[in-house]
Amino acid sequence: MLDETEEGHVTEDGRQIGGVLMEMRNITLRFGGVVAIKDISFDIRKGEIRAIIGPNGAGKSSMLNVISGFYHPQEGEIWFKGARRKPMKPYQVARQGIARTFQNIALFEGMSVIDNIMTGRLTHMRSGLFSQALWWGPAEREELENREVVERIIDFLEIQHIRKTPVARLPYGLKKRVELARALAAEPELLLLDEPMAGMNVEEKEDMSRFILDVNDEFGTTIALIEHDMGVVMDLSDRVVVMDYGRKIGDGPPEEIRNNQDVIDAYLGVAHD
Amino acid sequence: MIYREAGDFKTTYRDDSQTFPIRFDRRAYYALVAVAFLVLPFVMNDYWASAVFVPFLIYSIAAIGLNILTGYCGQVSLGTGGFMAVGAYAAYKLMTAFPELNIFFVVLLSGGVTAGVGVLFGLPSLRIKGFYLAVATLAAQFFLVWLFNKVPWFYNYSASGQINAPERTIFGIIVTGPSTPAWSKYLFCLTILFILSWVARNLTRGEVGRTWMAIRDMDIAAEIIGVNPLKAKLTAFAVSSFFVGVAGALFFAVYLGAVEVTEAFGIQKSFLVLFMIIIGGLGSMFGSFAGAAFLVLLPVFLKNALVGGLGWPTDLAAHLELMIVGALIIVFLIAEPHGIAALWRTAKEKLRLWPFPH
Ligand SMILES: Nc1ncnc2c1ncn2[C@@H]1O[C@H](COP(=O)(O)OP(=O)(O)OP(=O)(O)O)[C@@H](O)[C@H]1O
Ligand SMILES: [Mg+2]
Repeated sequence: MLDETEEGHVTEDGRQIGGVLMEMRNITLRFGGVVAIKDISFDIRKGEIRAIIGPNGAGKSSMLNVISGFYHPQEGEIWFKGARRKPMKPYQVARQGIARTFQNIALFEGMSVIDNIMTGRLTHMRSGLFSQALWWGPAEREELENREVVERIIDFLEIQHIRKTPVARLPYGLKKRVELARALAAEPELLLLDEPMAGMNVEEKEDMSRFILDVNDEFGTTIALIEHDMGVVMDLSDRVVVMDYGRKIGDGPPEEIRNNQDVIDAYLGVAHD
Repeated sequence: MIYREAGDFKTTYRDDSQTFPIRFDRRAYYALVAVAFLVLPFVMNDYWASAVFVPFLIYSIAAIGLNILTGYCGQVSLGTGGFMAVGAYAAYKLMTAFPELNIFFVVLLSGGVTAGVGVLFGLPSLRIKGFYLAVATLAAQFFLVWLFNKVPWFYNYSASGQINAPERTIFGIIVTGPSTPAWSKYLFCLTILFILSWVARNLTRGEVGRTWMAIRDMDIAAEIIGVNPLKAKLTAFAVSSFFVGVAGALFFAVYLGAVEVTEAFGIQKSFLVLFMIIIGGLGSMFGSFAGAAFLVLLPVFLKNALVGGLGWPTDLAAHLELMIVGALIIVFLIAEPHGIAALWRTAKEKLRLWPFPH
């Protein structure tokens, strides 16, 4: 069972879960008359895999968009690493060590796989315009160092064979994997995944689940993920937030969520694809 | 069997990020550079220099500049003529105000001034996109030409309203002014193109280049990986305008020698350079050269073949040129948005596998 101390705890499978990394406090987000998120609070602990589930239109993607700075909530506070976060632009959030993937793949279609993943290293690259113009020396060294990091990620995700392929030519499942690679290239502290397995076949889902677990296990990356496949959620996550119509109706470890009556009602009562 | 990639394995990432990863291409490039610097200046005549080579070199610089902005960063500009005019007038003011200043630095500084002006006109690009940005740059085009016509300070109050390039030398060789020999115009422009294309290549293969392409392909995703969109777009405007400004300075000071702004840097110049990168290939260095070569050579070819060879009237040949260019633009925009560069790439891929297609 989860113990609630600040220092964290060790999971059954031996992973270290730390203190609170990110905390959402009383977040409310409205689009005109539509209330996408209504007074929701939850936290994400260092090292855990946190799932966000809920029927279509529940406000899950909106929540990730709030975290990554695309949407600015009308009410509520966001706390990251023990400090209250000012309203930020997405690129500033990225520089804080938060990376993500999108529900609808958002890759750079005109670029090769390797270039796409290299863009993920942006927050780690320092050389200025003039040194890049000259190339020799610092800029080249930096490029090669970062290329090595990217090659390790390519090996890790087993996409060596498509390294030079233009992204536009890839099938859906591989695109999802390249998008994960780009997010991983940033070596984020917090990784947000919006339906990483949507539209995949069973085999691809298994691969993706394995990658997510490996990322969490090997790099200690904290992960928040949205997923519709209950089996996957139960297998992967340490704790689950359940949303319905913008409200939070459940929060806890998977086995507790599975038996939560509100959650069962929400899933049975709402048309779901 | 000469053109081979197989067996040409890369053992380091450094080799893999070279400009010409295939050995054959690399050798062809060295040979081309050697011929351009060591052979051509001694064999070319005035006609070839002024009708083909010098304009090709200068338009290549302008096309690389516009390609950085439009092809790599996805920001359409119809202000190229206006920005070339900024480069030209900056060069004129610098040459007349600081006669001691070496022409090489005059050209670079003119690029710098144009970069500043480009950033200024690039500011709206954060808010407006696509068609509306194109219209905004069109406004810049007309405003700049109007400005250089209207404010006598820019043409040093000369009665004609024209600007004339005074004579300047490098290592004792005349490169500007009426008595400049053709080969020295050529060599000066070639040197600058050589340096600048190397710079452009470095920028586009590295982090800045990827940032530009990220903005072009999907600005939301670019932001999420940490790209500041305003900064990325403004660097593209700055670098692009620098190139275009240098091209304008050379066009005035080295190529024409005397310039009337509406005639030399009007809206038709903006379209000409835009057509070069569309036909040559958006987002490709090679495409910038190919497009410039094509649109410089086409009228020369038509004139020699149709007017000289078949005795057609000149205006008919000129109309035919417009029709060919128009048709090509449409064909390329619909069928091959990456231009001659993409056709070339496909041909090479075929060649690489020949004679075994699989
Ligand atoms: N930019 C926006 N403008 C207006 N309304 C929005 C916007 N983004 C989300 N919404 C609304 O907010 C609500 C929640 O949407 P959200 O995309 O967060 O749902 P979701 O839980 O991710 O659903 P799904 O499982 O279908 O992805 C929906 O009613 C949606 O229409
Ligand atoms: Mg969603």
